[in-house]
Amino acid sequence: MDLVLQLLFTGIGIGAVYALVALGFVLIFRATNVVNFAQGEFSMVAAYLMVVCVELGLPYWLSFVIALAGMALIGVIFNLGVYYPLRHRTYLPVIIATIGASILLANSVLAIYGPQPQVLQGWFDTPGIQLGPVYLDSQYLLIIGVTILLVLFNFWFFEKTLLGKKLQATSQDKEMASLLGISVSTMIMITFIYSAVLGGLAGILVAPVLFVSIQMGSTIALKAFAATIIGGFGDVAGAIVGGLALGVIETFGAAYISVPYKDGFAFLVLIAFLVFRPQGIFGERVAEKA
Amino acid sequence: MSASDNMIPAPAVRSKPLIIRHLPYFIGAAVLVALAAGMQFDGYILNILLQATTFSIAVFGLSVVLGLCGQINLAQAAFFGFGAYAVGLGTADLHLNFWLCLVGACAITLVAGAFLGMSTLRLGGHYLAMVTISFQQIVTLVMINAVGVTHGPDGVANIRRPELFQSSQSYLAFCVAMLAIVGYLVWHLPDTKLGRAMRAVRDNELAAGVNGIDVFRTKVYAFAVCAVLGGLAGGLFAGGFAYVSPDQFSFAESIQFLTMSLLGGVASPIGSVIGTGLLILIPEWLRFLKSVPGLYLAIYGLSVILIIRFMPDGIWGFVSDAFTRWRAHTKAPPVAGALLLKPATTGGDIVLEVTGLSKHFGGLKAVDGVDIAVKRGSVHALIGPNGSGKTTTLNVLSGLYKATSGRIVLDGTDITNMAPHQRTAAGLGRTFQNIRLFRSMTALENVEIGAERPGNTMIGKGDDALTERAMEALTFVGLGSRANELISSFSYGHQRLIEIARALASNPTLLLLDEPAAGLNSTEKLELHELLKRIAAQGLTILIIDHDMTLVSEAAQHITVLNFGRRIADGESMAVLRHPDVVSAYLGSE
Repeated sequence: MDLVLQLLFTGIGIGAVYALVALGFVLIFRATNVVNFAQGEFSMVAAYLMVVCVELGLPYWLSFVIALAGMALIGVIFNLGVYYPLRHRTYLPVIIATIGASILLANSVLAIYGPQPQVLQGWFDTPGIQLGPVYLDSQYLLIIGVTILLVLFNFWFFEKTLLGKKLQATSQDKEMASLLGISVSTMIMITFIYSAVLGGLAGILVAPVLFVSIQMGSTIALKAFAATIIGGFGDVAGAIVGGLALGVIETFGAAYISVPYKDGFAFLVLIAFLVFRPQGIFGERVAEKA
Repeated sequence: MSASDNMIPAPAVRSKPLIIRHLPYFIGAAVLVALAAGMQFDGYILNILLQATTFSIAVFGLSVVLGLCGQINLAQAAFFGFGAYAVGLGTADLHLNFWLCLVGACAITLVAGAFLGMSTLRLGGHYLAMVTISFQQIVTLVMINAVGVTHGPDGVANIRRPELFQSSQSYLAFCVAMLAIVGYLVWHLPDTKLGRAMRAVRDNELAAGVNGIDVFRTKVYAFAVCAVLGGLAGGLFAGGFAYVSPDQFSFAESIQFLTMSLLGGVASPIGSVIGTGLLILIPEWLRFLKSVPGLYLAIYGLSVILIIRFMPDGIWGFVSDAFTRWRAHTKAPPVAGALLLKPATTGGDIVLEVTGLSKHFGGLKAVDGVDIAVKRGSVHALIGPNGSGKTTTLNVLSGLYKATSGRIVLDGTDITNMAPHQRTAAGLGRTFQNIRLFRSMTALENVEIGAERPGNTMIGKGDDALTERAMEALTFVGLGSRANELISSFSYGHQRLIEIARALASNPTLLLLDEPAAGLNSTEKLELHELLKRIAAQGLTILIIDHDMTLVSEAAQHITVLNFGRRIADGESMAVLRHPDVVSAYLGSE
């Protein structure tokens, strides 16, 4: 029982990271109808930026700010260089371009930094606290806390602020939104910046738990995408529930079934969902209008 | 319609047998095989050529699935690896015959590809991209971790070749021959029934479905073909290099295959060979870049973005595009005879019988308990104000929406629960209000796809009969002389006529026309009216939706009126149009 509780805590912690990245996926998908396959690389790049800043001797909080600012800039460049020129084409060229961007980002970092995984220390000096039978790692606590705050922030931002409503309008009907005086390209730019920062935040939070490596981006992204399908594609709540569920499944799978195949469980769950419930937990099947 | 189109029915041009027309290809291929067998290469060049040959076959697979069918596969390296391990483990560990292993490689990838395709291809393209990446990752995990079977990271050594091709030189010649054979099949594929279906699916899935193409099955076929070509290439690769290891089949390699395909041109096997050759040779020329890990892939990633942005059709697409445009305007289409419509008659006097048909979207009752009976040989109109449920009814009839309740019987067959392509096979033809043609194809090819409807009794066997039927239909709507032009060069009104020709070529039992007059100018409307008369004169039953009251009242003998999803009037045209409920629905009541 103690082990189960411990695994549940760890699973939710790692699941929260998937949920954050999945949220970034969903936001871009809703705004542009495009799945951004470089979303995971945003996390990886942010983690490396953080490592570089900390190594330069900057304080942790300043490194954090710089890394997130760097991500905002990458969001801008990504939108202008990858999405914007292709915005009138079908989804396939855009997908392929984002895959190209993902390869470009990952391997540029590899060329600059080398293949050696890096270590990033956690935010807190205390490694964790013992709560009854369960050991609560401080970094996991931080991840879960930040995720809860961000979910609340998202809700407030999209439902209660004018900017949030403009973003929603853009994602639902671009032509109508622009007729109402909303600058669609600005809204899409904001979405990309926000998603890049969100992905970056996830990367920085998870970096002390994993190693900072070139592969961390694609691993996280694939699981986050699996999370969005499990939750229901394009659904914000689905992304979060799917992410948490996936983290828990994977942690238990690694503990009870097999460690080397840990990364395979997510995909098995994904394929099972695709076959038996492709609309996910929350999703509704939508048909194209003739 | 010009006078020349009405000329005496001369048979369409009989083409020479394929084998003779394609003779130059086989001669060229034979010369290449002879060169590969006869020239003395040193080991280094030989390896590069062997790699380029086998990789090209794998990239052919992508040209089928991505280029022809518009579906993505980011796991081609995994299928390549399946083939390589099948031949590797089979010959080295199990001491099986090479040929047996090569056949096994194809069989395994066929099953894996079909299974993966079936699990995902009903869903959108994003899912496919992600699932194939996931599959690629699982395969890599298994190759590395299942040490007992795959030897793990050490890889498989001592892979054997067939007795017949022991020397590297002869093995290369064998691979070049395989390349030529597979290349021929892939090159010819777009002009076969399956290939046309793939292109139709790529261009417009909905239109493909209502023209009798099983969209899901076509995608699965394309995906399975791609996987098999990957497996075959991998098997040949393993035999050539005698050693394989997991890192040769990673996600990065899948990306490399994709880049090769995009760079050369995704639509053609020639593009595949160009792209593969370049991406194998360029790294060899710029070896010094390899000293920095990651730099190469970073450049690949950047090239993918740049190619997609600036050269979406690749190098070969760029070259051949100019050629095709030039040819389309010089090649005269064959002269065709008169179109014969022979609607099937298996049921009774009523061709289409709809009873209690409903379609609800959540709480909205878009169509609510509608009855329609369409008499054989009549023109029947379905009218109603905006939002009355006309188009929804048509979409339920053609199977794009599933009926919430009710029953649809077409010529004695219950089609209520059939998929769109099955209804088409049962004798339904339709056009769309917002035109849905296959935009990358010529007018003739569009109509050929219609003519290929399963169960079309009006075409004989073979491609010539198909072309003849399609030409007849195009000539019937007055566009026979422009058959070889691409869809984009036709006006809106003419595109509508091509859609009608596409439906007519399939010789339907019932033709559904969804607002055919929408967006037409007054001359075009008159022509449309004439066309409808000529269609009706041949006894084809038509169900038409339109807003144009002149057209409807003159063309239709029978009218059904919908409002708010319910039938408010039904009967002989003039009587219905004077019905007080109909007048108030259109003009409002006092």
